[in-house]
Amino acid sequence: MVRFAKGTTALMVALLLSTAANAQQRVVKYNADYDPIPLAAMEALIADFEAANPDIDVQLNNFDHEGYKTAIRNFLTADAPDLANWYAGNRMAPFVAAGQFMDVSDVWEANGLGDSLASAKASMTIDGKQWGVPYTYYQWGIYFNRDAYKAAGVEEPKNWDEFVSNCEKFSAAGIDCLTTGTKALWPGAGIFDYMSLRTNGYEWHMDLTAGKIAWTDQKVKDVFAQWARIQPYITKNHAAIDWQDAAALLVQGKAANYVMGNFAVGTFKEGGMTNDTLGFMVFPEITPGLARAEEAPTDTIHIPAGAKNVEDAKKFLAFVASADAQTKWNNAQGQLPVNKNSTVNSEDPYLVAGFEMLSTATGGIAQFFDRDAPAEMAKAGMEGFQEFMVKPENLDAILERLEKARQRIYK
Amino acid sequence: MSANWKANQRRLAPWLFLAPGLIMFLIYVIIPIFQSMWLSFYDWDGLGAKTWLGLENYRELVDDDAFYTSLKNNVIWLLLYMISVPAGLLIAIFLNQTIGGMRLYKSLFFFPFVISQVVVGLMFSWFYAPNFGLFYNLIEWATGTGIAILAEDKYVTYGIIAAGLWPQIAYVMILYLTGLNNVAPDQVEAARLDGARGWKMLWYVILPQLRPATFIAVVVTVIGALRSFDLVSIMTDGGPYGSSRVLSFYMYEQALSEYGYRMGYGAAIAVVLFAIMMVFISGFIWKMWRDETER
Repeated sequence: MVRFAKGTTALMVALLLSTAANAQQRVVKYNADYDPIPLAAMEALIADFEAANPDIDVQLNNFDHEGYKTAIRNFLTADAPDLANWYAGNRMAPFVAAGQFMDVSDVWEANGLGDSLASAKASMTIDGKQWGVPYTYYQWGIYFNRDAYKAAGVEEPKNWDEFVSNCEKFSAAGIDCLTTGTKALWPGAGIFDYMSLRTNGYEWHMDLTAGKIAWTDQKVKDVFAQWARIQPYITKNHAAIDWQDAAALLVQGKAANYVMGNFAVGTFKEGGMTNDTLGFMVFPEITPGLARAEEAPTDTIHIPAGAKNVEDAKKFLAFVASADAQTKWNNAQGQLPVNKNSTVNSEDPYLVAGFEMLSTATGGIAQFFDRDAPAEMAKAGMEGFQEFMVKPENLDAILERLEKARQRIYK
Repeated sequence: MSANWKANQRRLAPWLFLAPGLIMFLIYVIIPIFQSMWLSFYDWDGLGAKTWLGLENYRELVDDDAFYTSLKNNVIWLLLYMISVPAGLLIAIFLNQTIGGMRLYKSLFFFPFVISQVVVGLMFSWFYAPNFGLFYNLIEWATGTGIAILAEDKYVTYGIIAAGLWPQIAYVMILYLTGLNNVAPDQVEAARLDGARGWKMLWYVILPQLRPATFIAVVVTVIGALRSFDLVSIMTDGGPYGSSRVLSFYMYEQALSEYGYRMGYGAAIAVVLFAIMMVFISGFIWKMWRDETER
């Protein structure tokens, strides 16, 4: 009887405590732009965080991915959440310059992130301060269809010349050597970035996107001269199709290679490709001896300047930056953790290859053309790349137009 | 007060009734027009501080190839969109018969106007799509090589206009159908007694009576052509490399799209578009004014 009474009291106390906790929960509002798979991963992460911090309630408010890019400008000024997704590099510069993101250098300092997130520190730093926390990135490279390689009787290329001569053989076999879908423009920029990184190296590419190099420079023309060698073998009509349509061409074996980000693996596999038919390779070397640089756009979380619950938001940032959280999220999503103490899912050959490729990239890691260059320049550039891939004969006019844009944009 | 009200009631009442509409019009149309004009003298990214540029945005516009592409496309839109007026008339006359089931045919012809422009754009982009599109395959079957209309800078604008004409013709048709209902049968009969048939009947008897309908048809077609935004946005996003842009799309792109946020420059384009529209609008208003005062 006594025992029973003790039990009920304990139960009562527990109940009281839990309701009290509920009543005192502090809310952290988090605006994000996840597709279904990463959304589930983030919800799992939030559940872990809330389990560790029962007094905090993270309310995830998910937006449509494309719509988010417009919405963020409104909600940052009108109704700021406590956390918001965005991107590293130049893409966050306008918000930092306008004072819309909060300096979170103290989170970096307190959690030793300068060490564990070292690879992304430069792209998170503006004016010597850090403005957010990176939690994932993904490599770009060439995804290829092994069956198409077999059908054309072609080996994996070891360098650029072999890649180009392969293209001739693919063409003879009626297969597009390289496919892309530039209706939304950005896939073409992936090809440009690699042409540029491989022809002139990382430092030069960064100078170009920072507006320090004229687009009419001979070295820019060198990049396009290399690009022109494969231009005839790129899928015709790429300007009318989306990247998913081009992915279908690769899946069907109508195209052999695709310069893409690792997020496309899911689409390839939905189309029926397996680890046996879908290959991944590092973009081949063009100028011999250049330190190899790679492309790996980083996704980040920031605290808006108008956040109401800064303290708990910072707790969440520290949690997302931790090795365990990044391991968990990235394994669920099939991307790479930024934290160097995280582990990569060893069952996924593309992740393993990507991790290996990025950790040995001595040249540097670029974000992506539309994150390294300011928005206006990115738009003008990507249109130019698309036009070049359709009408290479317009190159001089394109470069002059880009140079004009550069002189206006980087004043 | 009440004496004052009684004296001026007849003069004040119309304004009171108009007031709600006028206030809305002022807040949502007139004031924004002047705000846009004001904004077009600034450089502003929508977040930070505005910087006064004076006429710099317009100077840049004069030197902007993309602006001229958009302007040219707008002209093409205006000219080709006019096809919908005779085409709509033709279908209206064809459908203006008393046969069983005519209502069904009429609704079928009117159908494209009922569906959303976004849906029209999607349907046509599939129609033109390389590899699986019906149009693409037809061309491939006829000539041996398919043409992806939406990837060719030469054809893309025409491809989009064709998509726009489909609902627009239906719209014009319905305007003419109602107009044809009001054609005086006695005049037609008298003309027939005088031996008018076919084209002569159409030109001298029917068309003059359809003048109000024609006027409205031209007005909605001009407006439709100038504000052609949704189809461009859905079908090509202005591409390939910006060759299918029109002014309204270019304005949106510069001011509000992912890589834009040049509010001032977008506003400058809006002002130019407004000036072009103003030419037509004042023409229409002048004509309406003249018609009413003549009566």
